[in-house]
Parts: sequence; C-alpha cells; structure tokens
Amino acid sequence: MENFTPLSATAGGALIGISVTLLLLFNGRIGGISGIMNGALFAPNNERSWRLIFLAGLILGAFIFHRLAPGFNSPRQNYPLLLLALGGFLIGFGTRVGGGCTSGHSICGIANLSIRSIIATLTFMASGMITVYIIRHSLELAA
Amino acid sequence: MKQNLIALLCGVIFGIGLSLSHMINPNKVLNFLDISGNWDPSLIFVMAGALAVAFVSFKLILKHSAPVLADSFHVFGKSSVNKPLIIGAATFGIGWGMTGYCPGPAVSSLGLFSVESVFIVVAIYLGFFVCNRMFEQK
Repeated sequence: MENFTPLSATAGGALIGISVTLLLLFNGRIGGISGIMNGALFAPNNERSWRLIFLAGLILGAFIFHRLAPGFNSPRQNYPLLLLALGGFLIGFGTRVGGGCTSGHSICGIANLSIRSIIATLTFMASGMITVYIIRHSLELAA
Repeated sequence: MKQNLIALLCGVIFGIGLSLSHMINPNKVLNFLDISGNWDPSLIFVMAGALAVAFVSFKLILKHSAPVLADSFHVFGKSSVNKPLIIGAATFGIGWGMTGYCPGPAVSSLGLFSVESVFIVVAIYLGFFVCNRMFEQK
C-alpha cells in the first residue's frame, strides 16, 4: 500500500460530491458521466448542449489542475492499444446496458440509496478485480 | 443559459476532483482493482468523500418539488434489479479492469493531452453506438 493517498482521495471525492450536488440542486440532473457522454452525442438536439458543456468543463478542470500542479498526475504511456480499444468498447456498451458507471451508480445512485446502484457497484468492482487479476497475474500483459 | 453555466462549473469541479484524487491516473485505479498485488484502497476514500457530501445533500434537495433552475428533477425511476443491470455492470467492470478508466477519467484525461485517452473515448462512444443501435434506446 505504498501509494495509498487517503487525504487527497477524500478531498477529491468531496469535490465530486459537491459537483453532483450543484448539478442536482440547480439543474435537476444526475451527474452520471456515462449518461452525460451518451446524451452529448445521441440525445435530441436541445438536450445535447448542457451535456457537451459539462464534458468541456470536465476536460477544462483537469487541464487547469494539471497547469497548476504539473507532475501531480502524468499521462500514462505505452499501454497496450488493443486493451484500450477493446476495454473502451466494453465500458461504453456495458454502461449503456447497465444504466450507469462509477459516478451514476456508485456516487449518485448509492447516495439515493438505490439497491440497483449498490448491486451494480458490487458487480463491476468484482468483475474489474477478476479482470485485473487475469491481465496482471495470469497473462502478465500489463504491469 | 444559467443551466449551461452550472453545467460548466460542475464539470470543472468534477475534473478538479478527479485530478486531486488521482483517479485520472488509470494505473492508480488498476492498483485499487489489484487486490492480490500492491493494493491501493484510495478509490474507496474517493467514494466515501463523495458520498459523505451527496448522501446528505441529495436528501435535502429531493425534499423540494423542483430544482432551482428547471421545472423538474430528471432522476432515474426506481426500477428493480434485473438482468441488463447485472450483465451491463459486469461488462463495464471488464472494460474498467482492462484499461483502468471509467467514463469520467477517460474524458477528463483529454485535458492532460493524454494520447491514450483519445483512443479510449472513441472506443467508449463506439460501445454506446452499438448498444443504442441494438436496443434502439436514446
């Protein structure tokens, strides 16, 4: 557990909590990123703009932070492209079928005490852990 | 207009939160999922921090009949645990474990000019597209 960072993790998490709070309080929307991403491209015309703007803000926030604290997070390099392409597809497909991702289910859904979201969170954490075990320790594909 | 400003502000705060918590770093997420390796439980603390805020605020907000700037809340209905939920979540988890990305960090890491984030975002949209086509849902 040498890279364990509980303080910045909790503080960053609180910011995410504030973000989904403001979005619900003012706009009445759930801050689920997979749903916002999908709607940004595939929702009807008048439903797209706020989602696109939210996503632009998401990129801008990371950009500003990176400018203020360069080296705090550095982009990963040389990760196998096949894993990224196939994994990305499964993320997109799976979050549509399952109705959400880590933000929609694990934060907004659980905050709303949704049994669906609790079950979804346990399910993708379990399948994620099994997948990492296979990739790192059985196939030894990516350290 | 005001709603778009809120959306921008919320996006920026979310992006800063993902950066501060290191969740924008896919290897950090993989280290959380790697329980038999050098386990890093930080992601649990991110969830705890977010839930500590949202659990209280959602309860207070949803007592009102409408949000501040819109006519109604667009919250998900309370449908039951069903097969698509399990299959979808399990599928997402496989992709999460293969890459270390979930949708939020995938998009926000575009702000770090990460080359792989372009690949992952395009691949995610391909997954959306195929699913939307298969089930004709919007």
